[in-house]
Amino acid sequence: MTATDLSLTKHNANKLFQRKRLIGFGIPAVIFAYLVYIFFAFDIAGLAGRANLDNAVTLASDSWSHKVHVTRDNRSGEITYAVEGERKGRYPEGQRPDWVSGDEVLTIDLGGDHIVRYLSDNRTEIEIPGFPMIEVQAEGRSLTSNLPADLPDWISASNRRIGITTPEGRITLTGARTEVFNYFPGWELFWFTLDSPYNGQSLGTILFGEQIDPTRSNIAGAISDWWNNAMWRHKDVAWAIGETILMAFLGTMGAAIIALPLAFMAAKRFSPFMLLRAATRRVFDFVRGVDALIWTVVLARAFGPGPMTGALAILITDTGTFGKIFSEALENVDQKQIEGVESTGAKPLQRYRFGVIPQVVPVLLAQILYFLESNTRSATIIGAITGGGIGLMLTQAIQTQKDWEEVAYYIVLIVVMVMFMDWFSGWLRGKLIGRKD
Amino acid sequence: MADISLGGEPRAVDGIQSSYMAQVQRRRLYGGLTLLIFVVLMAAGFNVADSRNAGGFWDGLHQIGDYPAEVLSEAWEKRADLPGLIAKYFPALVETINIAAVSTLIGAIGGLFLSLLGTRGLAKWPRLIPLFRRISDIMRAVPEIVIALVLIFVLGGGPVPAIIAIAIHTAGALGKMFSEVAENADLKPVEGLASTGATWSQRMLLGVLPQVAPNYLSYSLLRFEINIRASAILGFVGAGGIGYELRNAMGWGAGRFDDAAAIFILLFGTIVFFDQVSSRYRNRLTEGQGQ
Repeated sequence: MTATDLSLTKHNANKLFQRKRLIGFGIPAVIFAYLVYIFFAFDIAGLAGRANLDNAVTLASDSWSHKVHVTRDNRSGEITYAVEGERKGRYPEGQRPDWVSGDEVLTIDLGGDHIVRYLSDNRTEIEIPGFPMIEVQAEGRSLTSNLPADLPDWISASNRRIGITTPEGRITLTGARTEVFNYFPGWELFWFTLDSPYNGQSLGTILFGEQIDPTRSNIAGAISDWWNNAMWRHKDVAWAIGETILMAFLGTMGAAIIALPLAFMAAKRFSPFMLLRAATRRVFDFVRGVDALIWTVVLARAFGPGPMTGALAILITDTGTFGKIFSEALENVDQKQIEGVESTGAKPLQRYRFGVIPQVVPVLLAQILYFLESNTRSATIIGAITGGGIGLMLTQAIQTQKDWEEVAYYIVLIVVMVMFMDWFSGWLRGKLIGRKD
Repeated sequence: MADISLGGEPRAVDGIQSSYMAQVQRRRLYGGLTLLIFVVLMAAGFNVADSRNAGGFWDGLHQIGDYPAEVLSEAWEKRADLPGLIAKYFPALVETINIAAVSTLIGAIGGLFLSLLGTRGLAKWPRLIPLFRRISDIMRAVPEIVIALVLIFVLGGGPVPAIIAIAIHTAGALGKMFSEVAENADLKPVEGLASTGATWSQRMLLGVLPQVAPNYLSYSLLRFEINIRASAILGFVGAGGIGYELRNAMGWGAGRFDDAAAIFILLFGTIVFFDQVSSRYRNRLTEGQGQ
């Protein structure tokens, strides 16, 4: 190698390194520039102003805790106790939580020496450690209180409404009613609502103890009360999850059944007519391109909300996807096996049956099962749009903006459902076509 | 030995034949049973879905064309307005694409770390491999809409909740696919780099990434395509972009169908365009690797 060759090689190597260096810095720089553009285009800086931290706090605390409302109607003097303030969580007549005591003067012990007293004539006393006793009198629509003019930030007061937030609970007073919220950890009434005789009974008592409800056996009664729990609606939730899985199953399998014959029409090896092949492929591209969102919208007009609409939306979109994948698989079929079958004198249909199908089935099954899992997730999303399944229940629970523990429950269920389908499709794949490794 | 095989041959052939036939019969039986169960499941599922739907399948079947026909005929009448409407909704489309691009970018970076930390032989902390795998499983299992809806409540409507939601799901999904690729990576360059005293990040950057980059890019492109669809759908539930405009246009109903048609055209065109572009580049990436 001469000196000039060497210097040329050196020069080339240098140029190569320079280009690599340029790329090495260029790609991150382009990504960074793009992110800067997004930062301004999406107004990320203004996000802090738009974000609602109170909502975040409510969400975080409500999702793992519940509150019991003690409400005094200042017109009738009636007192109600209800979990989450809901009618279906109300304590039955004559029962109340054990942290409430007294008859004439109702003493509510929020814990940590925070005590609220409902006195006669719509007067209220609130004792908070380290703060003078608060006295409030409700008259008509207005409130009079002994609150000082200079208030700490955990009290908001006007002559119409007073709100006090303590770590132990919350108190709101208006002319019409006085309400105390006492917070507890955990999902209350998850098993039985308060009107069920099994509420508050231990598992041992229900399973082995004496009969609680004279008309029903313990286990049957307990299961039926749990299943029909009005607060958590276990029956509806189970149906909704079933609907979501059903949408995914019907959609995926239906798409596979429709796509398989079409894929033969689109595969070069099995379809002699160029025009037919091209037309089928354009159909695949079209249904895939229209996208599940538009199909859902269009189909919801024809079939109304429900699982069938969701299943059909999945079916149509995936027919396109499956058609494409299947026809690619069919084009990659090994010709030798078909020739081998042919040499035994097999007719065309037999050639397909014994020469082609055994080769493609593992590929097709793997794809179908993978889509079954991924469509469970899509069915949740489509359900939220078209109105069916667990997706609908989740959107409804989020839109009411108060049952965050239900939202948390649904989220856990959805994640468990998807992970189950993931495991199940993997298991089925292992059973049907054997494990890869 | 020869005696035994000679004497036993006819019986052995008979035995083989009969056991083969029995096996074939058993396989046919299992196949038939599986098919039967499948058909029953499909039929039962169809009936349940049909009965729980607001409108029946057979009643709705002949109405499928009604809505598209209405939209198309109205759009055709007002076809002069269409270019204007398409221009009007183009910024919303750009927003949708940007949501998909940013979330794919962030998700791919997240998936890269999840995959490297969750692959045997490459992980920085081998004991934490199961932890990172579970994290990526859970991120993959959460549907985008769950995170998006919760974040919309906290952050208000707009693109950011959608970005975060899609990015989380993308990181989980790509984390799994990436780690399957990384498992097949050749470890010799990594060992070579380790022998020169390279740190973990240098080993990954110089030893692993060049090997896996084409596959990673190809998977990311595929994800980008999926994420465009996802971001359009999330827009429909309030996260901004073309999906949000579509819901509004749908809400106006007849008389404003030309808006809906313009959005349909934009969405369809975008999806087909990115589908073609990404499949072309993905082919080139994976082919280049094979040579």
